[in-house]
Amino acid sequence: MSESAPSSAEKRPEFRNIHAFRDLPGYRWPPAAVVSGMHRASGLMMFLLLPFIIWMFDTSISSEISFARFRSAFNLGMLGLPGLIWKLVALALIWAYLHHFLAGLRHLWMDASHAAVSKEFGKSSALIVMSMSVGLTLVLGAKLFGIY
Amino acid sequence: MSVNFGSKRLVVGAHYGLRDWLAQRVTAAVMALFTLLVLAQFIFSKGPIGYDQWAGIFSPQWMKALTFSVIVALAFHAWVGMREIWMDYVKPVGLRLFLQAFTLLWLVSCSGWAIQVLWRL
Repeated sequence: MSESAPSSAEKRPEFRNIHAFRDLPGYRWPPAAVVSGMHRASGLMMFLLLPFIIWMFDTSISSEISFARFRSAFNLGMLGLPGLIWKLVALALIWAYLHHFLAGLRHLWMDASHAAVSKEFGKSSALIVMSMSVGLTLVLGAKLFGIY
Repeated sequence: MSVNFGSKRLVVGAHYGLRDWLAQRVTAAVMALFTLLVLAQFIFSKGPIGYDQWAGIFSPQWMKALTFSVIVALAFHAWVGMREIWMDYVKPVGLRLFLQAFTLLWLVSCSGWAIQVLWRL
């Protein structure tokens, strides 16, 4: 068997690791893939911003004085950056949490239901996850920026 | 349990992945329920939420115990996810080991901070 193998087999490309810059842009990105990629990206973002998240928990909950400091970071700014920047960071975290949450529910649903494991459901549920996460981010973002 | 030592010891196999997969689902469910619980207190509270209302959500002992579990769940969940990311995109063994060790350090440190905040409330 090994002797009769065609020589072209030797030239077949190997995909042992995903090269984030060389491989990912060349992929086809259907909605389910976008949701999956964003699920990872949002998870990574929340992991990296974990100290900021805990800082928010700490200052908002420890005392009235720290609560005031928490508020002023988003209104007057902090560490030389204006409040707007911190609000945008918070907005990015809101989107990351919502997307990760909804994409996670989609996964749990697909784990629990055989009927959900289909190409059609994969696409429709991915579109629902993306529109809901962006929609809810806009609703909460409007609140964050004091529009209502 | 089947024999899993000596010459029968399992060194590779799908069960390692299954354990991580299951842990990720269980910790996700815990965090999702916690999110809905905190959200419900926001929705059913009257008037604007000031410091008292916000701190009041976390002050009961049962809520502290639950939040503690959520912090542990988050660290475990993030470890499984970050390990997957490093395994998929980072090939050099030394760099991957460094990033995985850094991830553990980062998560344990952050968990300690969060638990400290919770316990002095």
